[in-house]
Amino acid sequence: MANHTPAAFENQPMWAGGRSPFNVSYGKLMMWIFLLSDAFTFSSLLVQYGAQRFSNVESAVTTVWPDPASIFNHFPFMHGLHLPLLFVSVMTFILILSSVTMVLAVEAGHRNSKKEVQTYMIYTIIGGVAFLSCQAWEWYTFIHEGARLYGNTFGITEQGYEHLHSVSFGDHFEWALGDRTDGPVPFAALFFIVTGFHGFHVFSGVVINVVVYIMTVRGVFERRGHYEMIEKAGLYWHFVDLVWVFVFTFFYLI
Amino acid sequence: MSTAALHAEHEAHHEHKESFISKYVFSMDHKMISKQFLITGIVMGMIGMIMSLLFRLQLAWPDDQFSIIETLLGKWGVDGKLDPNFYMGLVTIHGTIMVFYVLTAGLSGTFSNLLIPLQVGARDMASPFMNMLSYWFFFMSSVVLLISVGVETGPASGGWTVYPPLSALDKAMPGSGLGMTLWLVAIVLFIVSSLLGGINYISTVLNQRTKGMSMNRLPLTIWAFFFTAVLGLLSFPVLLGAGLFLIFDRSFGTSFYLSDIYLEGVGALENIGGSPVLYQHLFWFLGHPEVYIILMPALGITSEVISCNARKPIFGYTAMIISLLGISFLSFIVWGHHMFITGMNPFLGSVFMILTLIIAVPSAVKAFNYLTTLWKGNLRFTPAMLFSIGLVSFFISGGLTGIYLGNAALDIQMHDSYFVVAHFHLVMGSAAIFGMFAGIYHWFPRMYGRMMNNTLGYFHFWITFICAYLVFFPMHFMGLAGVPRRYYQFTLVEQFDVWIDVNKLITVSAIVAGAAQLLFLYNFFVSVFRGKKAAQNPWGANTLEWSSPIDVRLHGNWPGDLPTVYRGPYEYSRPDREEDFFPQYVPDESAPEVLEPEKAKSAPAEKEVEEESSVFFAAIKRVFGLG
Repeated sequence: MANHTPAAFENQPMWAGGRSPFNVSYGKLMMWIFLLSDAFTFSSLLVQYGAQRFSNVESAVTTVWPDPASIFNHFPFMHGLHLPLLFVSVMTFILILSSVTMVLAVEAGHRNSKKEVQTYMIYTIIGGVAFLSCQAWEWYTFIHEGARLYGNTFGITEQGYEHLHSVSFGDHFEWALGDRTDGPVPFAALFFIVTGFHGFHVFSGVVINVVVYIMTVRGVFERRGHYEMIEKAGLYWHFVDLVWVFVFTFFYLI
Repeated sequence: MSTAALHAEHEAHHEHKESFISKYVFSMDHKMISKQFLITGIVMGMIGMIMSLLFRLQLAWPDDQFSIIETLLGKWGVDGKLDPNFYMGLVTIHGTIMVFYVLTAGLSGTFSNLLIPLQVGARDMASPFMNMLSYWFFFMSSVVLLISVGVETGPASGGWTVYPPLSALDKAMPGSGLGMTLWLVAIVLFIVSSLLGGINYISTVLNQRTKGMSMNRLPLTIWAFFFTAVLGLLSFPVLLGAGLFLIFDRSFGTSFYLSDIYLEGVGALENIGGSPVLYQHLFWFLGHPEVYIILMPALGITSEVISCNARKPIFGYTAMIISLLGISFLSFIVWGHHMFITGMNPFLGSVFMILTLIIAVPSAVKAFNYLTTLWKGNLRFTPAMLFSIGLVSFFISGGLTGIYLGNAALDIQMHDSYFVVAHFHLVMGSAAIFGMFAGIYHWFPRMYGRMMNNTLGYFHFWITFICAYLVFFPMHFMGLAGVPRRYYQFTLVEQFDVWIDVNKLITVSAIVAGAAQLLFLYNFFVSVFRGKKAAQNPWGANTLEWSSPIDVRLHGNWPGDLPTVYRGPYEYSRPDREEDFFPQYVPDESAPEVLEPEKAKSAPAEKEVEEESSVFFAAIKRVFGLG
């Protein structure tokens, strides 16, 4: 019931009723509307980030906002090297690749090619899990370095800046005593909440993808005659990817 | 046989197998879900009202003892005296219940659910399952909120806006502990419910309209519910964001909203660098659209009821839609007028002030359109009509004071005074609850197939109407004299002591108004079982819901095919017709409308598209060496 397939009403004028004005099923429309709403959730988080960050530019209590390139400069198995933002770039690349495989799965779905859908969904799931694992490592390293919800040890003194600027990409680098000081308190907390909230979205996306994958394998969509569910999961996945672009920009680049 | 008829047959067949649980509890029929929302809303409304009467007793007779307070509240009312902390809790929970649970979920949930599928000609909501989830999240949320009233340290008591630091520090006051945590849990559940409902309402209105129901033939109720759902969809997520940070401040030691605080008995706190004003910005980004989420469904209901009972087309149908759109848009960019005295830059204050005052334009369009619809109409004073006219009255008298409060300079004097209380209780409280009553009296026959008693309805209306003005009108004068909100006892302050007689008048009127609601309850529940059987279209209305059989419960709304719509919803008293109404679903024999489908526009040949896309995907695959 209530499942008007758009095809049946296509020869009505667009907004005259009796058909979907956008030629989409209600499910896909709902996904779009949900994503609009979710975009506002993330916007509210990023607005809080902006407000906290720009009220901490140069206040008396705290030093300037920490420099992400000097904090996120680690890479697994390359201990001690100064590799600013290399790891997070790899993470981002993995996530974007998983979006590409998702597109391929959707496209295979349009051709009702069950086997290809399965293959690309597996790639997408692997991409999602890989991203989450990278994020876990990133968090682990960050916490290991002293990041806490209630404080921030990532402020840099003038001496620290000089020290940091004396090393180039790939050099060995250790903070010296007196290089670092207390920074603006909300820095790490914001990082954990916003990337955590995004990570939670990625996690939900992986769960959705696994469910959709199992449905594909069991031939649910084949019997249904269309692979629209893959498209809906795809919309969500691309949205999560898009949000990461903003989170990445705000927390790592500027 | 058409698919629609197949569906209907399937439904009819299905009906026999419904158990009590699937019919009344986990029902997926939008009509039953709307009744669930209504009953829950009425129960919450009664609780909220009783709370208000309890703290009104305290304000009018601060030195007297009331055994009822001790009976109801136990340790919070020892010797019949209301505890000050619990007074704050009552004020907070009264506000929360009325704003979110009665006038958001109770009003919008009830009538969006009932009317959207029926008035657009759909068999049910786009997703009946999500609709059911929406109700049960709301139900859980209500239960959690009511539990929070009963916990040992008392409910949240920092006001319904739960500003930090009172809400962020669990030692700030008794209610800031477990009570506040439960409040946040309740609101998160509520946001989920509102999101599930809103997504459903929007996609049903867009996607499920029946043949001929173009957007400019939608009843104004549907337009109002549509914009309401959009507002909720875009503003509640921001409250979720604010709540998330608040939860971290409360439980995980962050300081987003906290800065340099000294707490008696605890000492200086470790938090630095946060800003409570940031929370206020985020809260009012929800909070201001929220007042229109409350009001707009009531305005939509009023449009329908007034037009039907004046037997006249609504004056300015398109202007009504544009004004709804204008109000919806403006509501997102005026939140700062709640925060004029937070130290906001005066220039920013003037921007918010100008935007706020612009809202008067679409609001005035609506008020004048109601009046011009009434002008020279064949008025039928049914209880629903009276409540609608009452809404227009409150909308005007409460709206005018909004112009004062929206003024950044005047607000310095009036902020947080009883003037504000008077303003919003008239314009959004009373107006919206009157819209809800109008809707209940008008659509009761559609919901239960029976009529409510008119005489009791008239008593209910007149007592409530007069008492509402007696309660809220004097508060304007108190507010102008500087009496602040949320004070426990005014007799302790000499300059406010002079208002004690006014406070007594207000409390007595509130008690009388409360008693009048018992009339309503009696009328409602007796009519559900014993009311006079209603005719199929008791009000002679034009809209589609009256074409669906009201005497049998049919999940699917129409037996056989869905109705076709031939004209707009407000064609009353057409000179060329014998009857004074012309329903949307009745074809016009004299001038049959051409419903021939237009030739399908030649879509781009599918093959071409496919070829193009396959070239693109082949390229991608080559690049990544896949496939």
